[in-house]
Amino acid sequence: MPSPSFHAPETREAAIALLAADPGARPLSGGTDLVVQMRSGRFVPSAVVDLKRIAGMSGVRAMGEGFAIGAATPCTALKADAALAAAWPGVVEAANLIGSVQVRNRATMAGNLCNASPAADSVPALAAANARVLVAGPNGEREVPVLDIPLSPGKTSLTPGEFVAEIRLPPRLERGGDAYLRSTPRTEMDIAVAGAGVSVEMAPDGTCAAARIALGAVGPKVVLVEEAAAALVGTRLDDAALEAMAVAIRAACHPIDDKRGTVAYRKAMAATLARRALFIAVKRAGGAA
Amino acid sequence: MSKLHITTTINGDAAEFLCDPAATLLDVLRGELDLTGSKEGCGSGDCGACTVVLDGEMVCSCLVLAAEAEGRVIATIEGVAEGNALHPVQRQFLEKGALQCGFCTPGFIVAAKALVDRNPDPTETEIRYWLAGNLCRCTGYDKIVRAVQAAAAELRQERTPA
Repeated sequence: MPSPSFHAPETREAAIALLAADPGARPLSGGTDLVVQMRSGRFVPSAVVDLKRIAGMSGVRAMGEGFAIGAATPCTALKADAALAAAWPGVVEAANLIGSVQVRNRATMAGNLCNASPAADSVPALAAANARVLVAGPNGEREVPVLDIPLSPGKTSLTPGEFVAEIRLPPRLERGGDAYLRSTPRTEMDIAVAGAGVSVEMAPDGTCAAARIALGAVGPKVVLVEEAAAALVGTRLDDAALEAMAVAIRAACHPIDDKRGTVAYRKAMAATLARRALFIAVKRAGGAA
Repeated sequence: MSKLHITTTINGDAAEFLCDPAATLLDVLRGELDLTGSKEGCGSGDCGACTVVLDGEMVCSCLVLAAEAEGRVIATIEGVAEGNALHPVQRQFLEKGALQCGFCTPGFIVAAKALVDRNPDPTETEIRYWLAGNLCRCTGYDKIVRAVQAAAAELRQERTPA
């Protein structure tokens, strides 16, 4: 395997310059995908730019009432942030379903997002939470929805020299809650056959005021199913609303058939997982379900 | 590509080495520093046989580039015993027969020690989830779980003043 060069810049500007100068360069955070790709020969970058020595790239900080999560923050560190875990438990739990403790001590949500696997666990949870990312690059910074980063398996919308510097979560919604569930043959060390992230906001009268439902592993990228959320808004989450949500979800799924699951199984599980995640999210919102 | 010169701390001692930029920490531990206790099972983060502690957190050394170790603090299986005195986790693995071929054992011991260091009274469920990233194809895990429980009990006794 040809050797890449290795850089550990201490500023964002230096990292951007290194990445912009070499289209074959890749940013490194936890390395749990990149190093595996390098070792297998599937993808060998010409340069590796380690982001972990850049100030502010690791850790969670308050951003107004919301949160800014440095791109190099490992998944296990998210659990240690009590305010984040209380505000967005679904996001923190999703990130801590990935791999093993060893893997989560290194793996990051930004890496999970930019690896662009359709089965990434943290991504539907982030999309449901309406998270945005700060992209740094040669033309300055831009903030975009999480949904806009992955395009298809292994492909992102990042342009040469750009990298995700931060994930931004909004303040916890008043009477809001979130949850993420996935289906896997094994409880740990497995990849989602289907996954569903739900964020919900309840009205004081007990009806659903707003919802976001995002699915993983049922298409080439994460899917936000607006029709499924619309089926819930204004209802008391009665059987008819839940059935309408399930119909919308099954219609939005375009999964593949593979050894991990069939098309029919993935569609059915996506709807089931969304329903279960919805109940958890409503409970967290202080509702009755 | 020229080699990188890396200075780090391994098992409490200053260490330095030259490495290829693509070399993993596991490559260097085994190939350059003769610390062959950490094993390469899968090379992809699935089996945990290469588990080491990096700046206080257990990681798969096969997924860490050696160059990332600059200025960091690393603990490997070779540092678990104190001289000839085995750590309680090691001794209980022997006493409970928690190994057969032994290939996975260094990773299990580093991971189990990391658990009992932070949680002196883990439940069986906590032990099983904590060790989910370590694969053993011989034992069926049960004796490993018993050994970790026994080591934790021993450590609790040590820490409790008589």
